[in-house]
Amino acid sequence: MGSVLCFSWGWGNAFETVYFESKNEIDAQVIDLIDQKGRATVAESNVPAIELIGVSKSFGPVQANKDIDLVVGKGSIHGIIGENGAGKSTLMSILYGFYHADSGTIKIDDKTTTIPDSKSAIAQGIGMVHQHFMLVDPFTVLENVILGAEGGALLKDGVANARRELKRLADEYDMTIDPDAVVGELPVGLQQRVEILKALYRGADILILDEPTGVLTPSEADHLFRILRVLRDQGKTVLLITHKLREIMDVTDTVSVMRRGEMVASRKTAQTSMEELAELMVGRSVLLEVDKPEVEVGKPLLKVEGLNVRDDRGVMRVKDVSFEVRAGEVLGIAGVSGNGQSELLAALSGITRAESGKMELSGESLDLSAAHNAAEMRTKGMSHVPEDRHRMGLVNKFAEYENSILGYHREPKYSKGMFLNKDAIRKEAKERIEKYDIRPPTTEMTAAKFSGGNQQKIVLAREIECNPDVLLIGQPTRGVDIGAIEYIHNRIMDMRAQGKAVLLVSVELEEIRSLSDRIIVMFDGNVVGERGPEATEQDLGLLMAGVNQEAAE
Amino acid sequence: MLDTIILVLDSTFRLSTPLLFACLAGLFSERSGIVDIGLEGKILGAAFAAAAAAYVFQSPWIGLLAGIMVSVMLALVHGYASISQRGNQVVSGVAINFLAAGLTVLLGQAWFSQGGRTPALSPATRFESLTLPFADTLANVPVLGPIYANLISGHNILVYASFAAVPLTWWIIFRTRFGLRLRAVGENPSAADTAGLSVTLLRYRATIICGILCGFSGAYLSVAQGAGFIKDMSAGKGFIALAALIFAKWKPVNAMFTCLLFGFLDALAIRLQGQEIPGIGEVPVQVFQALPYVLTVVLLAGFIGRAIPPKASGIPYVKERT
Repeated sequence: MGSVLCFSWGWGNAFETVYFESKNEIDAQVIDLIDQKGRATVAESNVPAIELIGVSKSFGPVQANKDIDLVVGKGSIHGIIGENGAGKSTLMSILYGFYHADSGTIKIDDKTTTIPDSKSAIAQGIGMVHQHFMLVDPFTVLENVILGAEGGALLKDGVANARRELKRLADEYDMTIDPDAVVGELPVGLQQRVEILKALYRGADILILDEPTGVLTPSEADHLFRILRVLRDQGKTVLLITHKLREIMDVTDTVSVMRRGEMVASRKTAQTSMEELAELMVGRSVLLEVDKPEVEVGKPLLKVEGLNVRDDRGVMRVKDVSFEVRAGEVLGIAGVSGNGQSELLAALSGITRAESGKMELSGESLDLSAAHNAAEMRTKGMSHVPEDRHRMGLVNKFAEYENSILGYHREPKYSKGMFLNKDAIRKEAKERIEKYDIRPPTTEMTAAKFSGGNQQKIVLAREIECNPDVLLIGQPTRGVDIGAIEYIHNRIMDMRAQGKAVLLVSVELEEIRSLSDRIIVMFDGNVVGERGPEATEQDLGLLMAGVNQEAAE
Repeated sequence: MLDTIILVLDSTFRLSTPLLFACLAGLFSERSGIVDIGLEGKILGAAFAAAAAAYVFQSPWIGLLAGIMVSVMLALVHGYASISQRGNQVVSGVAINFLAAGLTVLLGQAWFSQGGRTPALSPATRFESLTLPFADTLANVPVLGPIYANLISGHNILVYASFAAVPLTWWIIFRTRFGLRLRAVGENPSAADTAGLSVTLLRYRATIICGILCGFSGAYLSVAQGAGFIKDMSAGKGFIALAALIFAKWKPVNAMFTCLLFGFLDALAIRLQGQEIPGIGEVPVQVFQALPYVLTVVLLAGFIGRAIPPKASGIPYVKERT
């Protein structure tokens, strides 16, 4: 479940809008689009399923949604795309009655309505599949589905009925599931299915999906999209929230773009392109390609042999993994989250103890089954940008400058006797803020108040500036806006150019493919295959699902 | 020998009863996500109110009612602090314990001037032992007779009520809509909320049930088992009940067995007071009195395997970040 939690942006998304990078002027074309908003919406049929007029919502001083207009055609798949913190989740939460709009009008089926709570949303035929599932883990599928719609004071009254209805829905939409399985033990793909069934069971006509593919394999995502198309063909309206352009292009009929709390444009999907949408999302043109120069590959700086890691419940999470990373090389580890990547990183960085395995770091051999710690690894020239910056990379309540030395705070240059030399720390933090373009440029604000991209830059600056030989980096761009993604990718390429060894773990295939020199894929703790960066997405996708076609042939 | 065993088991039932009520009270509360350290205070408050009312109105039933009312009121204070105000549930519970410990003695002294006690209750104003049908006739049947006559029969109605509450609790928790929702709220309140349920209302209902059961527990102490209220008469039963709840892994039937175990240890301690133990000699009575607590520590420290509490217990539900 850890993998699901890592995506914990959820309701807090609005906060990211506080300090957004605004270094780039919004070009004239985009301003033109803002002016047209509302009029640029595309009607799918005569009566729209949902119509929002001038919806605004703020959290304290933060305006999460600003005067939003939106028209969603009945029986269509409508995508809403925007960077993290653009206000998509907030808007959907208003539709689902989780938040209350400060102002504005909501129309469902052309009738003005209010949605004071989720109960009312359900009653009006709105169902939502949340980014982190709203499921009760120890409950069975059936119990989760009927919760809140039990059909009688005694469970047995409704259960038989629900079982029948669930089977009908499952057959109709090709969503087979065991109604008596315990939800917490199901893989995330199936948990999501339960969420969708839950909404359909309540008779939802409008289905909102918030970042549904974050936890899915490409093939699971494809299956989801097939389901969504079936739903649409049966007259349901689907609202798909995502920040992934590919999904928008693949499955939606219409797309609306949000940026910094505003609805900046709506387009027919067929009449737009990834480039245009990316530009609308960011407000400037974006390089989706990474510039990867030829670098001479040197000797191996990191060698891992026969690594086995057991988690604290005694489950084998990493099984006999061996690889090496050479100087000037980026080794990408692809895989659906939860297939041992996190445990691998934790063992290599000295955070957890491995069951067995050896690591050679800059020529020195280490037994990973012995106790090590992260500080020791750092002194040996390995630094680590952890997957989950909130849990491991940062102390959210500490100021920026304090975070900028976490783990390096014992170094003489930061100390004055037994005290911290705050002047020196602040001075260095300032230099890094400038060098890494961290916004807003202040050393005093707490880490929690920076946007995701800037938080990641704080961690990155700390781990790169100590000049390591080997850099472990997990999910470098999770929850990071496009502008910062570009920057982070370039920094990783700089490390490569300087002849460092980089081990990159990411669930974003595109990121892995564009940055890595070699790609290994993990599935269920095993390395199931190695490919070059030219490998197709389909090939990698199959590997991520545990199928090695090359080996099979 | 059989007589001794029956005597010990008989008092096991009587000593388990207040624990069992309190443990089931805690079960309802914690299953809904509200940690209740204040069981102890509620039991004490109820014991005092029950004894006082039973004396004044000369009726154990009115005593029970008064005990329940006071306990529910205390539960609502806890509910207000931890549900509506999203306060720290441990702090609120501890506050209730202190409040009850102080207030019972203070009011007792002010009203009855007997050093914080309530006046002794006459048999008619207490819950008296019931003799089950045919107990006397069957008493002479070997083995089963004494068991029926002395062990099963001859308890007051609250003892039977506490054991009847076990299957009832199980049925409510696992077989009714309310139980399903209650468990959902304790595991993942957001899931309940998005399913259109009111987390606040569900948790309040659980808290009130917790109060009612603590009321039974307190009334049992002062109006059934005892004959009046004595300062601090709950003697940590609320805490032992919490420990029992953890052993029981928040399951009603398990709860009954753990409470019986603690009751048994208690009974044994009383029985073995001042007795010679072969090979050891006379063991100080404190050793036996400490036994339930030692067992609690030892078992909690790791002999019961992993006890996973309802995931949201102790965490106030905050819907909107503002």
